[in-house]
Amino acid sequence: MALERSDVEKIAHLARLGLNEADLPRTTDALNSILGLVDLMQAVDTTGIEPLAHPLEASQRLRADIVTERNNREAYQAIAPAVENGLYLVPKVIE
Amino acid sequence: MHQLTLAEIARGLADKKFSSEELTRVLLARIAQLDPQLNSFISVTEELAIAQARAADARRAAGETGALLGAPLAHKDLFCTQGVRTSCGSKMLDNFKAPYDATVVARLAAAGAVSLGKTNMDEFAMGSANESSYYGAVKNPWNLEHVPGGSSGGSAAAVAARLLPAATGTDTGGSIRQPAALTNLTGLKPTYGRVSRWGMIAYASSLDQGGPLARTAEDCALLLQGMAGFDPQDSTSIDEPVPDYSALLNGSIEGLRIGLPKEYFGAGLDPRIAELIHQSVKELEKLGAVIKEISLPNMQHAIPAYYVIAPAEASSNLSRFDGVRFGYRCENPKDLTDLYERSRAEGFGAEVQRRIMVGAYALSAGYYDAYYLQAQKIRRLIKNDFMAAFNDVDVILGPTTPNPAWKIGAKNNDPVAAYLEDVYTITANLAGLPGLSMPAGFVEGLPVGVQLLAPYFQEGRLLNVAHRYQQVTDWHTRAPAGF
Amino acid sequence: MQWEVVIGLEIHTQLATQSKIFSGSATTFGSEPNTQASLVDLGMPGVLPVLNQEAVRMAVMFGLAIDAEIGQHNVFARKNYFYPDLPKGYQISQMELPIVGKGHLDITLEDGTVKRIGVTRAHLEEDAGKSLHEDFSGSTGIDLNRAGTPLLEIVSEPDMRSAKEAVAYVKAIHALVRYLGICDGNMAEGSLRCDCNVSVRPKGQAEFGTRCEIKNVNSFRFIERAINSEVQRQIELIEDGGKVIQQTRLYDPNKDETRAMRSKEEANDYRYFPDPDLLPVVIENSFLDATRATLPELPPQKRERFQAQFGLSAYDASVLASSREQADYFEKVVSISGDAKLAANWVMVELGSLLNKLGLEIDQAPVSAELLGGMLLRIRDNTISGKIAKMVFEAMAAGEGTADQIIETRGLKQVTDSGAIEKVLDEVLAANAEQVEQYRAADEAKRGKMFGFFVGQAMKASKGKANPQQVNELLKSKLEG
Repeated sequence: MALERSDVEKIAHLARLGLNEADLPRTTDALNSILGLVDLMQAVDTTGIEPLAHPLEASQRLRADIVTERNNREAYQAIAPAVENGLYLVPKVIE
Repeated sequence: MHQLTLAEIARGLADKKFSSEELTRVLLARIAQLDPQLNSFISVTEELAIAQARAADARRAAGETGALLGAPLAHKDLFCTQGVRTSCGSKMLDNFKAPYDATVVARLAAAGAVSLGKTNMDEFAMGSANESSYYGAVKNPWNLEHVPGGSSGGSAAAVAARLLPAATGTDTGGSIRQPAALTNLTGLKPTYGRVSRWGMIAYASSLDQGGPLARTAEDCALLLQGMAGFDPQDSTSIDEPVPDYSALLNGSIEGLRIGLPKEYFGAGLDPRIAELIHQSVKELEKLGAVIKEISLPNMQHAIPAYYVIAPAEASSNLSRFDGVRFGYRCENPKDLTDLYERSRAEGFGAEVQRRIMVGAYALSAGYYDAYYLQAQKIRRLIKNDFMAAFNDVDVILGPTTPNPAWKIGAKNNDPVAAYLEDVYTITANLAGLPGLSMPAGFVEGLPVGVQLLAPYFQEGRLLNVAHRYQQVTDWHTRAPAGF
Repeated sequence: MQWEVVIGLEIHTQLATQSKIFSGSATTFGSEPNTQASLVDLGMPGVLPVLNQEAVRMAVMFGLAIDAEIGQHNVFARKNYFYPDLPKGYQISQMELPIVGKGHLDITLEDGTVKRIGVTRAHLEEDAGKSLHEDFSGSTGIDLNRAGTPLLEIVSEPDMRSAKEAVAYVKAIHALVRYLGICDGNMAEGSLRCDCNVSVRPKGQAEFGTRCEIKNVNSFRFIERAINSEVQRQIELIEDGGKVIQQTRLYDPNKDETRAMRSKEEANDYRYFPDPDLLPVVIENSFLDATRATLPELPPQKRERFQAQFGLSAYDASVLASSREQADYFEKVVSISGDAKLAANWVMVELGSLLNKLGLEIDQAPVSAELLGGMLLRIRDNTISGKIAKMVFEAMAAGEGTADQIIETRGLKQVTDSGAIEKVLDEVLAANAEQVEQYRAADEAKRGKMFGFFVGQAMKASKGKANPQQVNELLKSKLEG
């Protein structure tokens, strides 16, 4: 199933990628060629096969409930684009 | 001095033939002189390297020993290094000085290794040619018009050009083995969970694995020893003892059963490469290995499955790059959506954006079962193929790549063409198996690699076979002209 | 048209762990912004989550307490969406295989009937940070201290039919998580938050109406009011010929109305998939057994025991068992005083109204269980009357010491010496000779009323200290005489 321009716009917004009008046709073509490759997979009969999420199929290790972290705000915020009074700043959000 | 392998450096330092600082200065000078041709480094951390070298020399003077004490290395630029730019080959992280060290970086530093800098790579490890880096393409020292492979192309080019003896890399679909093959190196992708992923910026979490790139299996053993081991900070790290890899190198391979999957020798493989692979098989037979033909019937489905799973995980992993807490932020965002959409569109390159979109699509409502779930089922089929094969053989052998290194720019207009170059390597990532590529000869002056795959946690077996092979062949000792 | 209200609730409870669900940061409330935000909480490149075992244990405890199936193979998934207080661009949650499956909880309604509410599931997830909208040069400020705090999201079936039922259910969950010690229940600090799914349908109709979700309602009172105002809005909308649109709304307590949330306007596609950084959580039977062994007595069992052991009414038992602190307080008073009914009465009535007046919780009560129990002993051995006891209780609340000390210093000891009482009575009768005459001339019916007058005078004359029973008896014989 080929993606239309509007599908690509929708996906781009879902992924928060601002698409350039001029790039849209090229992006659409590229995505369709990748999906064409991927779609070869649809012919494989996987009836009764359990999906495999992790190669080793181990189980989750649990951590003891201990506080190990100390305040490191200054160092972490030194690489932030915009902070004020210890808060990260973003354009005003309306709930 | 730049010709020395890690093992030779270890002996030289132990015998006080030279100091780590002397060696480090030689290599730094060589990088300054030659890297402009290759573009293999994103950052050269000269002062830090000298300081680490001096510290290593002091430790040795105080009586400490260790194969990596004072050994010069470099890290692929997706391993976080505290206070040093960790760019992932992306404009998004061009200004990102990591606030912490990756476990691999910390372990190697603790062992006394000297980091010369951070190597170039495909942006966010997405690529097989090292052409998608924000810092420009890396050139193959064997032919500067050709790609070195990717995504660990900077590490590969630098080691192949003798700018340093070994470097770290990561392998999500072949990103250690494929550049190793294209630059005449030995590269090892360990079992998933063998090397900690803490601080290794994720591309596809269930496939990514760090490993060594060096000129010999012996050196890979030394470097892997410093990288491998359980890490409580990585839930997918496996708590298995790490064997002494160097001690396993010389074991006999008499009677070792080597499987040749017929699917690895079908259409698409350059016949000249096929010929070289068969020659390497003959060498191994001379060493006592027993050859069997096997079948991995689902191999052909690996690429489609991989190009669902990896982008799906990536689309989620790369959501944290939003211009809020670190990394690139667009100028004057007019609202929140603008902040996100422009920071990400301006910060990520085209290939990264394509994979994010493919992944978001594969996970989106209505498509999840057909894409993501189907890919995970194929993943099990591929694993099952390997499990069945390893009932009959100890090691699987085939080509690492279907073609030698292509010309820079040759596949730029068609992303899918480059994807197909991963055909032999990605199955090991999907199944989580260890894999190694080693030099097997040349086609038109460009290196060719032979790939070995083994059951889980049998890195020692791979290194053993490769080392024995390298005792009787000299492909791995050849250096590119001009380097 | 008769309308039926259908309510389902999603309750987010912050688990009372020391550290966060996937990192070693503290979970303390109210710290300076971003001082409890580690590399993992900030979603820095390269970081990885490791699951806190205590969060798992607490979730399992909850599951056992509501008789639920425990997901012995449960899986964390990523819920993908962009929001500034969600640092990774995804929330680690559980989707297909939650840690707690189907269970149920019984609630007691005001008329004493018990209703069973189905719990669909409960799953572990990480909390988000906070967006602060006060003016930071026209920006929103993000504090990620809360990001990564463990949450157990408890999803109910749409089993509730009124706002009152919904509140009763939230109170029952609130009591339960506090009983289990897995959540401090502090709603003002957001430790327990509620999303209410509300729809209406014509009575008798089988299918549900279109629902709206009211996000983040954070007090019992507001839950009731938010639901009622939303129900009213939906009914009015439909009756005016409109249609309810499925949407997320916010409740504004000042205006007592709900409004659509702007940030949730677009339909979300969360692209859930198993988190590749985490492995499936396997819960062994041995772990289940060990956790089951640590379960405290829960409200329903406690209620039944209070009725059986102490002979309390169903109502009293359910009130006293409604919180662990209150039940513990009550039982301590019983053990000291040896009189459960007296203890129940004092805890529910006098202590209850005192706490109400002061706006305090029972664990902050100014009169300890020891003090109250000690005072009840003095009622039981006739040292003081019930009336004097109220005085003593007030004095204890004011910090004047134990009941015995107060009785002693204020001279409140009840007079039981019949000679002394007779003396008082004689004086009262002598001072009211006219009334005595009238009493003796009156018929039975009138006498009853007049008798109270003499009792009152006698108690007044004894400053309330005369034993009321003795006063009654002696007075009767004297008047008859």
